[in-house]
This record gives sequence, C-alpha cells and structure tokens, in this order.
Amino acid sequence: MAACPRLAVFKFASCDGCQLSLLSLEDELLTVADRLDIVYFLEATSRVEPGPYDIALVEGSITTPDDLARIEQVRRDAKYLVTIGACATAGGIQALRNWGDSAEFLRAVYATPSYIESLATSTPISAHVRVDFELRGCPIDKYQLLEVLQALLAGRRPRLPAHSVCLDCKRRGTVCVVVAQGVPCLGPVTHAGCGAICPSYDRGCYGCYGPCAQPNLASLTAQLGANGATPRETIVQLRSSFNGYAAEIRAESDRLELPPPGGAPHG
Amino acid sequence: MDELRTIRVAAITRVEGEGGLSIHVRDGAVTGVELRIFEPPRLFEALLRGKALEQAPDITARICGICPVAYQMSAVHALEQALGITIPPPLRPLRRLLYCGEWIESHTLHVHLLHAPDFFGCASGLELAKSHPEAIQRGLQLRKLGNRLLEVLGGRAIHPVNVAVGGFYRLPRRTELAALVDDFARGLEAAEAAARWVAAFEFPDFEQPYDFVSLWHPDEYPLCAGSLRTSDGLLLDVAEFEQQFTERQVPHSTALQAVRRATGGTYLVGPLARLNHCRDQLAPLARALADELGLATPCCNPYQGIVARAVEVVHAFEEALGILRAYRPDSEPRVRYEPRAGRGCAATEAPRGLLYHSYEIDNEGLITRATIVPPTSQNQARIEEDLRHYLPQILALPDDEVALACERLVRSYDPCISCSTHFLKVNWVRQ
Repeated sequence: MAACPRLAVFKFASCDGCQLSLLSLEDELLTVADRLDIVYFLEATSRVEPGPYDIALVEGSITTPDDLARIEQVRRDAKYLVTIGACATAGGIQALRNWGDSAEFLRAVYATPSYIESLATSTPISAHVRVDFELRGCPIDKYQLLEVLQALLAGRRPRLPAHSVCLDCKRRGTVCVVVAQGVPCLGPVTHAGCGAICPSYDRGCYGCYGPCAQPNLASLTAQLGANGATPRETIVQLRSSFNGYAAEIRAESDRLELPPPGGAPHG
Repeated sequence: MDELRTIRVAAITRVEGEGGLSIHVRDGAVTGVELRIFEPPRLFEALLRGKALEQAPDITARICGICPVAYQMSAVHALEQALGITIPPPLRPLRRLLYCGEWIESHTLHVHLLHAPDFFGCASGLELAKSHPEAIQRGLQLRKLGNRLLEVLGGRAIHPVNVAVGGFYRLPRRTELAALVDDFARGLEAAEAAARWVAAFEFPDFEQPYDFVSLWHPDEYPLCAGSLRTSDGLLLDVAEFEQQFTERQVPHSTALQAVRRATGGTYLVGPLARLNHCRDQLAPLARALADELGLATPCCNPYQGIVARAVEVVHAFEEALGILRAYRPDSEPRVRYEPRAGRGCAATEAPRGLLYHSYEIDNEGLITRATIVPPTSQNQARIEEDLRHYLPQILALPDDEVALACERLVRSYDPCISCSTHFLKVNWVRQ
C-alpha cells in the first residue's frame, strides 16, 4: 500500500452512525488523518476526489436503483472495500421491507410515492459486489474500526474475534442475565464486538452485531421457548431487528416456516 | 434575451446524510431553489407498525447515529403517555443528563469539525487542526466527554442501550457518575473558552424575520418537556402539534417538509429558536457568557447558530455537573406497566431542534401507528426560503462561489439529512 494510502468513506441507506465512529476516535483521529489521506468523506470534508482509492469504507445498504450503480463504481475504484455496520453487512433494520410489501411501506410514509425511487429490497453490499472485509455491529465499535485500518496499513488480517457475546460476558465478569434473572438474551448466538454491553445494564443482548460464527439458533429458540417465549416469537424478534436479513436468521426463519412479517409481525 | 443560469451543488459536504442543491436563475432573478434530499428513504414509520412498544427506543435510535438519544427520548415520553404512566421523579434528571451528553457530543462535532472550517476557508476540521491545533484538540476533548457520559449512562455513545419505556434498564452506580465530576468541571471551563473562540468569528451580514418554534418551560432550558412556543406568541400543549404544523411532500426531496398549517409559512427550529425563546432559562454561567458575548435576542442571523450551539454546550456541561454532583441512586430503575390500548405524543429538543413523535398502541402493546417529525424536515422549507433571500446578494459572483456560499448557509443549520429522510444535493439551474 502507498506511503499515505487514500481513504474514502461512502454512505448508502443508513443512519451515519458507523462513519461517525471514525470521527469519534477523539484521541486517535488526528493521527489517523496523518497516516491516511482522507480524499472522500462527505460528512467530514469538502475535499471530494475521484478514485482510485486504497481503502473504501462503505456504510449502508442498497435500496435505490442509483445506489446499485454507485456501489459498482465504488468497487471498481477501491483496492480494499470494507463494509462497516449492520446495514452494509446484513441490510439493516430497513431490510424488514424484504419480507413485506415495500410499496405499501412507501404509501404509509409518503403521500406521493411516485416521487420516491426505491427498490423493493434493502440488501447488503456483498449481494452486489465483492467485499474484502465485513465489520459487524449496529453501530460498529470504533476500536474495531481502528484495528481494521491498522491491519490494512500493516498488510495483515484484522484480529477480530467471531465468538459469541457470551464469552465476553464471562470475560468481563457479568453475571448471566438468563440464568440469574430469567431475561431472554441473544448473547449465545450473537457476534462479539460490542463488549457485551447490554447484560452489564441488566438487559438481554438484542443482537445488534448479528449472528456469531456457527450460531445454534435452533437451540436458542427452543431454550428461550422454555422460558415462555415460543421459538416463533424469538425468531420473529430476531428477524425484525438490525441483522434480520442475515443468512443464518433467514435459514432458521425458513425452518420454522414463518410467514413474512408484513401485517402479522408476531407470527 | 432570456438568460438561463443553473447552479448545482452535487453533494453538500460536512452535513449528516446526503443531499444537494439546485438553483435556477432567469435574467438575473432567482426562480427556484431546491434543497434536494436524495438520502434513500428507510421507511421507519412503516416498519414500526406491529412492533412491541418496548422496541421503539432501540429502533427509532437507528434513524440517526448523531442524535439517537433524541429519538429515544421522544419515543419513550410519547409511549409513556399512551400507557398512562409517569416515571419516578428521580429518573427525570437522569434523562436530562443523558440528553446533555448528546447535546455536547453533537454540538461539539458540528461546531469544531463541520462548521468552523467555513470561517477559515478550510475543507475540513482535520485541515483546520493544522493551523489551529489547540482549538480543534479542545473540541475533540469536549466531544469525548459528551461521549463518555453517554457511555456511562447509556452503555455506549451511538445507539445507547440503557433507555427503556418507563425509565432505564439499570441505574448508574453513584461512583460511576461521581468519577466524571472533575473532568466535567474542567470541561465546563474548556466549553466557555470554545464559545469565546467561535463568538469572535466574522459572520456574514444576513438576517431573516424567523418564526422560531421550540419547547419552552418556565423552570428549565428545554430538553425533555415543555410547551410549544412560536414567535407569534402561541404557547401550546405538544398534543396540538399536528393541528398547528403539517408535513408536505415535494418532488425533489425524500424528506417531508413541515410548515405552519394555518399560514403555510416556514419556521425554524434548533439552537437559535431555543436561545431566542429560552435565554432566561439558561444555567447561570451559560447566561452570563451569552451576555458577555453580546448574544442579544432576538438573534436572527443563521450563521450565529454556531455561537448558540457553543453556549448550549456550556449549558449542558453546567447542568450535567449539577446532576452528577447531586446524584443518589435511590429509585427503582423503571416503572412497571401493563400494556393497554392508547395513543400518546411527545416532543423533545434534539440538538437540531424540536423532534415530535406520536404513537398508537393496541391492547397487547403493539404499535399500530407511528408519526415522526424530525427537526431537519421542519427546517428544510425555511432553508430554501433563506437561500431565496440570500441569493440576490451574491448572484454577481461566479457559479462556484455562489455554490460555496449557499452551502455555507445550509451548513449553518447543522442539517441532519439522515434524520429528515424518513436531506441534501445543490443542483444549480441558472437560466
């Protein structure tokens, strides 16, 4: 990679939170800006340069015809394309429309839907172009982002664990909310990275980092069922969340033969 | 001879979310200004339907990564009204404290990294840091304090996890908040210095007769509660919001534009509106600083929004410090409730201005209808009107300079396009 690689940050359908994580590296931001030449980052700078880029960080999901064309251009321009966050990696909360009637969704929000150009689906970046690395989370963790940038600069793989949130609870010494309080928790099937925050605030993990490596969703839905929730209710909750369109959740949803969420969200 | 001129700003930079601007000029007269918001719509109001009401704070937070707490606060207050519950009094200052963290985080981002570069001809805060390292470092450290507060009380800075309908999931331990006191005392001094820095900037000479709209409360600077106040003297219950204001759809924007229902007139929400209506409710040091800086009201120069923001940061530090010092965890974390059918609405003051939510829920506690009116969609029509009045002063300039000047004016609003789409590209059409 060049002595001062060119960094670009792109936004698709999203809340800005993941790219904000870069600006939230208060202690490291000015050093990052010395090591990387930030040549395209609309939220942070009026410097707008065309590609090629060494690293493209991509936030957001693909929901419009224009964005379909734009992501292909980003791929052509970028040596490394890294998706940041649940929208770019799994379609985001807006992917709920994938199970419902998107035209009806548009009518529900806009008086004149014909002014609005929107696809029927919200899909992850990897559904359209090759992605070199996917950083999980809704939102991503800023130090994980720093690790990805450092790894790319050093020419090594990012060191980011793919185990479940459960392990991180044990590491930080948080008493299990399922065992001690009977609170439903998605920690056993959710990808680490957040630092296991929710159980330390007396609530169950709600899955914002998406499925961990080899998640045993069938076991979790059955276990939570033993606590009162039906497997269907559990998977409907998962499916209607920030990573609901992730492949693992779709597979479990299909196994339980759930109807699309649409107007009957609690299955 | 007809002379047609089109000036476009493809993408306005240093704003949250994506939009542009188109300006149409015929024979030297402005015939159209379109703030084009092409941010893809995410249809939150539709996807909230059928969700358990408990999910609303977590889902609506995802509308905006810069002001998630605002969405959480408007959501929980509206839903608590629908459920007919009131939070235990000790929780109220904690909600204000969380909101102070967000105001600090959001305002210091805009002041130092997004807006200040305009006053020095820099492309970014990172570039400005090379010539003004101390000011930018100070800004970053102030922002870090806001984020730390959000982390301690909310679990994390972006999309906090600790906000629940009825209160919080877990109350902070006294030691967790006490550990912030010394840093916040130093932060308060740094925030005053930052406000003095921005107040000395040179502001373009441009004023408008704004219809300011904000919450107003007799005893406190508005965050979570108050009546709706307008510049023409109305003082209304928030429940009357939908009777007084309406949203319209325009072809060039995926954000709905809000206007006064009776007159169709534009209005302005945000720090300038709050400061003009609620200056007397500022905390003592913030109010003394507003006096020292000569920030008289009414203040009708949009560029001075940066000074209003900096003064609000001082207020947020002052108020937060008081709450941090007084805190005793002597309440249940949240009030318990049984779901019941009902409707409720609430408005709170997001960093960018009034944020209105209303919900209907059924007897199982599922959301059957959601309406969300974000601050930037309320300001969008007013921004276009500002540009129409400002453009005649600068039309003699070349297109790129006109575009730059318009972009600066838009940025002074701290628009949040991600929020507004349920905002912004400058496309110039000079005819």
